[in-house]
Amino acid sequence: MKFETPATTNPVDRMKVVGQARSRIDGPLKTTGTAPYAYEHHREIENVAYGYVVGAAIAKGRINAVDTASAKAAPGVVAVVTSGDVGKLGKGKYNTVKLLAGPDVDHYHQAVAVVVAETFEQARAAAALVRVDYVRTNGRFDLDAALKTAPLTDADKPGKGEDRVGKFETAFASAAVKLDAEYTTPDHSHAMMEPFASIAAWDGDALTVWTSNQMIDWGRTDLATTLNMPKEKVTFLSPYIGGGFGGKLFLRSDAVLAALGAKAAGRPVKVAMSRPFMANNTTHRPATRQRIRIGTTKDGTITAIAHQSGSGDQPNGSPEAAVLQTNLLYAGANRLTSMRLAVLDLPEGNAMRAPGEAPGLMALEVAMDEMAEKLGMDPIAFRVKNDTQVDPKDPKRRFSQRQLVRCLSEGAQRFGWSQRNATPAQVRDGRWLVGMGVASAFRNHMNMPSGARVRLGTDGVVTVETDMTDIGTGSYTIIAQTAAEMMGVPADSVIVKLGNSTFPVSAGSGGQFGAANSTAGVYAACVKLRDAVAQRLGYNSADAVFDSGRVTSGNRSAALRQAASAGELAAEDKVEFGDLDKTWQLSTFGAHFVEVGVNMYTGATRLRRMLAVCAAGRIINPTTARSQVIGAMTMGVGSALMEELAVDKRFGFFVNHDLASYEVPVHADIPHQEVIFLDEADDKANPMKAKGIGELGLCGVGAAVANAVYNATGVRIRDYPLTLDKHLDRLPAVA
Amino acid sequence: MPETSELELSRRGVLTAGAATAALVAAPVSAAPMAIAPSPPTPAMQVRFKVNGERRELSLDPRTTLLDALREHLHLTGTKKGCDHGQCGACTVMVDGVRINSCLSLAVMHEGDEITTIEGLGTPDKLHPMQAAFVKHDGYQCGYCTPGQICSAVAVLDEIKRGVPSHVQGDLTAKPTATNVEMRERMSGNICRCGAYSNIAEAMAEVAGAKA
Repeated sequence: MKFETPATTNPVDRMKVVGQARSRIDGPLKTTGTAPYAYEHHREIENVAYGYVVGAAIAKGRINAVDTASAKAAPGVVAVVTSGDVGKLGKGKYNTVKLLAGPDVDHYHQAVAVVVAETFEQARAAAALVRVDYVRTNGRFDLDAALKTAPLTDADKPGKGEDRVGKFETAFASAAVKLDAEYTTPDHSHAMMEPFASIAAWDGDALTVWTSNQMIDWGRTDLATTLNMPKEKVTFLSPYIGGGFGGKLFLRSDAVLAALGAKAAGRPVKVAMSRPFMANNTTHRPATRQRIRIGTTKDGTITAIAHQSGSGDQPNGSPEAAVLQTNLLYAGANRLTSMRLAVLDLPEGNAMRAPGEAPGLMALEVAMDEMAEKLGMDPIAFRVKNDTQVDPKDPKRRFSQRQLVRCLSEGAQRFGWSQRNATPAQVRDGRWLVGMGVASAFRNHMNMPSGARVRLGTDGVVTVETDMTDIGTGSYTIIAQTAAEMMGVPADSVIVKLGNSTFPVSAGSGGQFGAANSTAGVYAACVKLRDAVAQRLGYNSADAVFDSGRVTSGNRSAALRQAASAGELAAEDKVEFGDLDKTWQLSTFGAHFVEVGVNMYTGATRLRRMLAVCAAGRIINPTTARSQVIGAMTMGVGSALMEELAVDKRFGFFVNHDLASYEVPVHADIPHQEVIFLDEADDKANPMKAKGIGELGLCGVGAAVANAVYNATGVRIRDYPLTLDKHLDRLPAVA
Repeated sequence: MPETSELELSRRGVLTAGAATAALVAAPVSAAPMAIAPSPPTPAMQVRFKVNGERRELSLDPRTTLLDALREHLHLTGTKKGCDHGQCGACTVMVDGVRINSCLSLAVMHEGDEITTIEGLGTPDKLHPMQAAFVKHDGYQCGYCTPGQICSAVAVLDEIKRGVPSHVQGDLTAKPTATNVEMRERMSGNICRCGAYSNIAEAMAEVAGAKA
């Protein structure tokens, strides 16, 4: 199905199942510990040996030699594999840096070897016996130093790396009110709860891998490329994924080393990364250095806006695109955005939940708060005044839907924003300085082709098969709801099978594109299955109505299962897209409201209340969508108050590489969270009329927290995270 | 920012560069590898305990944690390994009615103990009230920390009932109650990176008969 023109009325609009709050169909498995994750496939595979990964002890240099003799002689060891044992590996399309070091080492904890033994304990002990002789060379680990000479990204293209509208410099120089401020965000770690893990089993030249991966087809393709084998020989399975947040978008060393280890051992091998290995071995969200300039008239109309950002990555890496939302979020005749990318020898930077917008809005939405204060305007009024219904660069392009103003105004009412004291550091509650903050949320919606196969069994059961993944997002449930709505059956009677590379290729989970696109793919397959059902029953498919387990056409009616009584019916299709996303700007919007208390004696910040109002197209399941948003709000609190990978600039690694030292929010940090979805259905997006929500929930949260802290204390912090040491000496005197 | 002290500099330097330097000294790479006699395997130890009411007897490498004994030897994979270092709580089980991080405990230390895992609380067809409350309130997303959260939640309510104090109590000698702050404090050893905390609090409140 090619989606080329706006959706008209379709069976999903009935919203008997779609759009209804519903518990997860995988809930009973997850809450009883019976949903099998990557390392847990005891039932499917036996005689598995254990692999333990050895990581590079240097950040940059070369492996002179590896002595594996002691490790090989250790009890229970079956095989030791290093790059010297496996010939030349290919490099996948999606990972920037090779996944097995040797002879060059590209970053700290890059995998050097895998030790395979009969037991986990034996593998771990033997891994400590692998002796690696390194030649360490100087690396580039200091982002600020490297940015001094870093080039603009796309400097070779028209525009020479700068995205410009009008004349920013002139307009800014003559603006009545101006802000010129710099903000920093640190490196962040995904820190998903399930470590990267894979089990690999060879059957001749065919390879099966149980793994934990958000994008089945990307992972499968890149594993085949890495191992120099045809993709058709690789089966990639991820039925349950213990969190990803972008960290599991790509093939990682666990899958490669499990496959290489299994080949060497001549039997299946399972590899899980140890927790302290993850932060440096895998990817992270790169740190940013951002400069924002805003110029307005006296009444608060933006006339000039510039957002420039610098970040670093490995050679041939990519920037953290922190400026992109600034091209679309607010009006303004004169605009400039640009990015610089420094080459660093730290671990690979890559996508983490809401890449670009998450750190970008942490700066932009604080700048908007600062600007509102300069203007003496309410921060919501300032944002509303500069709302735009068109792409500021190309005013012919309208947003398909844009309810930012309503998100802000309804949120303000619900949150009691009128109670906020605009003068900072005025409100106290016992030992707490109390403040409120707001920020806009913005994230684009992305179209991705997505396929599915739907079967109607002879027992009347509808089964959906797609390689889509559920990383906690609720894919199992919303796909069941979609098929149920389309086929006119209860969601309970739909079986959903996911995360299997033998199923049709889906959008996968990432970039908040999963839910809308994967269900649109299921919609497409169901349209085909409905045709097949109607044909089998001898009905005209155009007027056949599927409802309550029956198919009705004119005055004829039959049970759905009757269509399959002579044999199973199956249909496969995928959704593909025309250029509606070019004609229209497809985006999602929201507003975050936060109330904090800052301890006037210690400077510690505690969240008191949080509210998000979101406008993101049709919400397929309000229960799971709400969970996406509260989870994102929680991650936003982390990025605002505590999360920071500390860089050792001499040895080139992230120092706090475990869950005790890389702090993420815990129960005690998070108060009750409220989420409101505005009623929307975006007919320009897809036949589901749905867009993404999982990243929108994170966008702007950090800034809302920072703005609330400023409102509480009167001390503006522009360097995240807002730890107490950054304002303790400037807090209001304790009277 | 204050200057890093010399002491810290040298200590961290040794820590990070240690592996590389040690290897240089210990393994002259030009020399032919020495014949190394295989060292004998670690002798196995017997341990007997009850898991979810069932007697179990295992012969284990003594380095095996209770967590790995459950997951890799008894194939009870509901108990999760999130960090293996007592930092995340995903491996929470109850031993003789008290919750522990099973990754921080060797299996052979549990001779004669009664261990309850998530599989012992309920099954998909017959959920424990806390499991049912997690489903109802969507107190999870990816599901990986969930068994640990549920075991902790059950144990926390029991701790409050038994009067075990916590540091958020106004009066340490008074009997604790299942308030939102009390439960959140006691649950803080169980990390949920998906951020389902607000919903978990509601699930627990329902089971405790309290307001979230």
